[in-house]
Amino acid sequence: MTNPTPGASRREFLSTAASAPLVAGAAAGVLGGEARAQTTTGAAMAGGQVLVTLKVNGQTHRLSLDPRVTLVDALREHLGLTGTKVGCNHGQCGACTVHKDGVRVLSCLTLAVAAEGSEITTIEGLADGDELHPMQAAFVQHDAYQCGYCTPGQILSAVACVKEGHAGSDAEIREYMSGNLCRCGAYVNIVAAINDAKTKMGA
Amino acid sequence: MLPFAYEKPKSLDDAVKALADEGAVPIAGGTTMIDLMKLYVLQPPKLVDIGGLPGLGEIEETDDAVVFGALVRMADAAEHPLLKSDYPALSEALWLAASPQIRNMATLGGNVLQRTRCPYFRDTSYRCNRRVPGSGCDAIGGINRLHAVLGTSETCIASYPGDWAVALAAFDTEVDAVSRAGKRTIAFADLHLRPDDHPERVHALKEGEVITHVRVKKTPLGKASTYYKVRDRESYAFALASVAAALVMDGETVKDVRLGLGGVASVPWRAREAEDGLKGQELTPETARRAGETAFRDARTYDHNAFKVPLGVETVVEALMSAKTRA
Ligand SMILES: Cc1cc2nc3c(=O)[nH]c(=O)nc-3n(C[C@H](O)[C@H](O)[C@H](O)COP(=O)(O)OP(=O)(O)OC[C@H]3O[C@@H](n4cnc5c(N)ncnc54)[C@H](O)[C@@H]3O)c2cc1C
Ligand code: FES
Ligand code: FES
Repeated sequence: MTNPTPGASRREFLSTAASAPLVAGAAAGVLGGEARAQTTTGAAMAGGQVLVTLKVNGQTHRLSLDPRVTLVDALREHLGLTGTKVGCNHGQCGACTVHKDGVRVLSCLTLAVAAEGSEITTIEGLADGDELHPMQAAFVQHDAYQCGYCTPGQILSAVACVKEGHAGSDAEIREYMSGNLCRCGAYVNIVAAINDAKTKMGA
Repeated sequence: MLPFAYEKPKSLDDAVKALADEGAVPIAGGTTMIDLMKLYVLQPPKLVDIGGLPGLGEIEETDDAVVFGALVRMADAAEHPLLKSDYPALSEALWLAASPQIRNMATLGGNVLQRTRCPYFRDTSYRCNRRVPGSGCDAIGGINRLHAVLGTSETCIASYPGDWAVALAAFDTEVDAVSRAGKRTIAFADLHLRPDDHPERVHALKEGEVITHVRVKKTPLGKASTYYKVRDRESYAFALASVAAALVMDGETVKDVRLGLGGVASVPWRAREAEDGLKGQELTPETARRAGETAFRDARTYDHNAFKVPLGVETVVEALMSAKTRA
């Protein structure tokens, strides 16, 4: 999907309304007006827009964004990729974890414009066609969630945890998954899922 | 967030020029900056994104120092073989901090300049001298369990929350910085400012000045060093009390020692008197406890943070005894 401004969907309306006190990215479209300067150089004036090329799950998207838009808002509000969740919006919960150039990062503390040129992978990009990534399959098999809200972030974090070589023992998995909180407390099954998937991932 | 101008220069020279604009500030990993901008605590009119600048992302060894580029990510430094083998306190202070995701984003330069986590600083509905000079401090009569007991003032009792800077404070560290006025070197002990009458001034950098490198002088103290961190939960939390301890032993006797304290002070804290008292002594849990008591002798406590004194003393003991096993 390359359209930078999907129509006023219900989801967008709701999320804009919900974040009203914090004006920020979702309302960027109504700001600016004549003060809006568009540049193509990765620079922007205050209140202006910046052209951002985002590579997400292998697809390239060109967006015109207020520089305040965070990566998670660009993914969810501008690209319709709502798999990535916002929990705290302040770097404290890990729900918004994505991979940036293969490394796990928090998309709520990343400006979209600062992700220009990076390869972003979200939960939508993990499966191979209809075949789930071994980590996704292991989460299903081990019941590693309850409400599922933290799950996309947990899975992206878990894949990185294994690839980094930080899934050697249960204790190590707990330490290196500590950036992902689960309010439903599915931790025990998350550790089991990671142990299971790490063998299938060839680690 | 309030609207801001954004610029991503391609070289350090261009960054320094871009930072000459009124109110322009650097952003590196953004994990402090974006968080505080969302809270309206920081409202810079212009961000200069230095996160991708070339040439500042390496850790190098010179004859007499370990030199950290300001843009090295916390995660990379934490895993660096030289730190793990020769300066374990510097590696541990990094991997015991924040979360894997934050450590992948956050830079060493940004890390030392992170802001206090004082909840009254972070919430614009409270009075805070650090945020709004002269407005008052709601922490002093408020919930101050997390606050500092050393180096505070009548105007501010916020604690410095970071870990790595506490380990840096235990060694002989310098910071290289550059601005339009040129390059200069700042002793690490002079980088962070105690609140005194001006809690809004948190560091000694001039406007538009960029840290390029952090240099730790090579020392035999590195090998037998450790970073011991006590927190409310076992991982992913700021320190209630932490201690960086480094030792050179002569048998059972302390030949040289360094102690950095975190979570308990307004700035990364070096406990010099406690160090002096230990030199030439046998290192036992008793002498270690005496050093801890010396370190906290001038502590000033408030309604909810008196526990940090005994906790801090015990943390000194744990850190010293654990460093000794490496000597
Ligand atoms: C949920 C959470 C938990 C955390 N837990 C811990 C913890 O347990 N221990 C710990 O130590 N830290 C912790 N942190 C803090 C984290 O380590 C810092 O936010 C991070 O290191 C800052 O680095 P950055 O590159 O992201 O800085 P930025 O956010 O980009 O910048 C921070 C500040 O430094 C300035 N700056 C950045 N680089 C330079 C430079 N080269 N020269 C001059 N000025 C510069 C910026 O202008 C800004 O004022 C935590 C953070 C969060 C959000
Ligand atoms: S939403 Fe990003 S860490 Fe919570
Ligand atoms: S499954 Fe509900 S928060 Fe984790």
